[in-house]
Amino acid sequence: MRTIPAQTVIDKVAEMCISANRELPEDVMASFRKGQEEEENPAAKEVFRQLIENAEMSKDTGLPLCQDCGLAVFFVEMGEEARVEGMGIRQAINEGMVKGYQEGYLRKSSCDPFTRKNTGDNGPAIIHFDLVPGDKIKIWMMAKGGGSENMSRVMMFPPAAGWKGLREFIINRVAEAGPNPCPPILVGVGIGGNFELAAINSKKALLRELDDKHADPEVAKLEEEVLAAINKLNVGPMGLGGKNTCLAVKIAVAPCHLASLPLAVNIQCHSARHKEVVL
Amino acid sequence: MAEHHLKTPLTDADIEKLKSGDVVYITGTIYTGRDAAHKRLVDTLDKGDPLPFDLKGALIYYVGPSPAPPGRPIGSAGPTTSYRMDTYAPRLHGLGLKGTIGKGRRSREVRDAMIKHKAAYFGATGGAGALLSQAIKGAKVIAYDDLGPEAIRELTVENFPLLVINDCHDGELYTTPNLEAALAG
Ligand code: SF4
Repeated sequence: MRTIPAQTVIDKVAEMCISANRELPEDVMASFRKGQEEEENPAAKEVFRQLIENAEMSKDTGLPLCQDCGLAVFFVEMGEEARVEGMGIRQAINEGMVKGYQEGYLRKSSCDPFTRKNTGDNGPAIIHFDLVPGDKIKIWMMAKGGGSENMSRVMMFPPAAGWKGLREFIINRVAEAGPNPCPPILVGVGIGGNFELAAINSKKALLRELDDKHADPEVAKLEEEVLAAINKLNVGPMGLGGKNTCLAVKIAVAPCHLASLPLAVNIQCHSARHKEVVL
Repeated sequence: MAEHHLKTPLTDADIEKLKSGDVVYITGTIYTGRDAAHKRLVDTLDKGDPLPFDLKGALIYYVGPSPAPPGRPIGSAGPTTSYRMDTYAPRLHGLGLKGTIGKGRRSREVRDAMIKHKAAYFGATGGAGALLSQAIKGAKVIAYDDLGPEAIRELTVENFPLLVINDCHDGELYTTPNLEAALAG
């Protein structure tokens, strides 16, 4: 058994929450630069210019990239031979999140669903655990804004719908979302599993590098094809028209029940903020 | 596409000359308000009580800023998605509200209200909150402090950069998605 002090978890998580909100991953920045070059519509070019300037501003001033610092979502791969000492790992991650959001002047966006009263500390963090062999703990942190999350959907299709039905749903979803989720977006897709697994997989798929290829060449082909199709929509950056409606489509596939064909579409805005740490 | 420098409060004449796609720089005072604040504004109107600020010629910015770090008037302050305020906007336009600032598409009802009452809908770049914050020179909570990021703030802005999305002549800047081309693949 390897023991990791709870304070280490708290400090690392706090640090991740702050840096995720101030620095975009390099692959996302590269896609902005590429987009700025590619776009012919001056309004679309200008959006990319502003996004690049915004990222620089955020780095320089320490202001978060976006005022919606998101609900804090964590994916944790917990080694079976690792344990956190001092408190439970769930509590440690939550305390780290609260500390990070407080000390980083990040917006607290969590509220009671009925009274709409702000919980005040952005908590509780949303944490998905996975047990894996080994003695390490790997934590991904994602700052997931409400605007793009609201445009996401889960749909339980009958098997007869097939890929054609799924593809149509995904494209329609992006079209209907239009300018709302701050395009250019990323689209995380969960196919198969069941109701909740499809949703979790669609979100986890968003953690992949923008330009990585799916290990299964058949799925990789689908990702490329849907991406190209979506970019024919001409929604464009912030809905102003252009070639860049979507920067990447990432699909996760899991076996499902004989009776169903679950689909989850998780929309992620261009402010694709995430970090990871291995303890 | 024209460029305009406007000062608040806005007049009918200011609004009439705006066309979808125009770039507008606003200087003066604007008010923040999003979901929970709008609900309270409308509840206040229902009770017949006075609103916390004068709607005549006013601009409401749909934003819930991040906390101000030391030495700054406000944190990041980019737009939130506007459709959630669609149920409230027509009534407020009827009372003199000249413009709203946000991101994303508005309903037919809001656009009709803007035509009728001479108002415009402005887009600010979503997700550019750190950049937009630079044009905000002062911020003061004037109502509903308990709502935290959703409280109503009076912002002093200088050349706040906006795009006209919907003008008062039924113009629309957002593209209509080309579904046919996309589905054909
Ligand atoms: S959709 Fe993303 S970029 Fe846009 S306001 Fe929300 S969190 Fe920020």
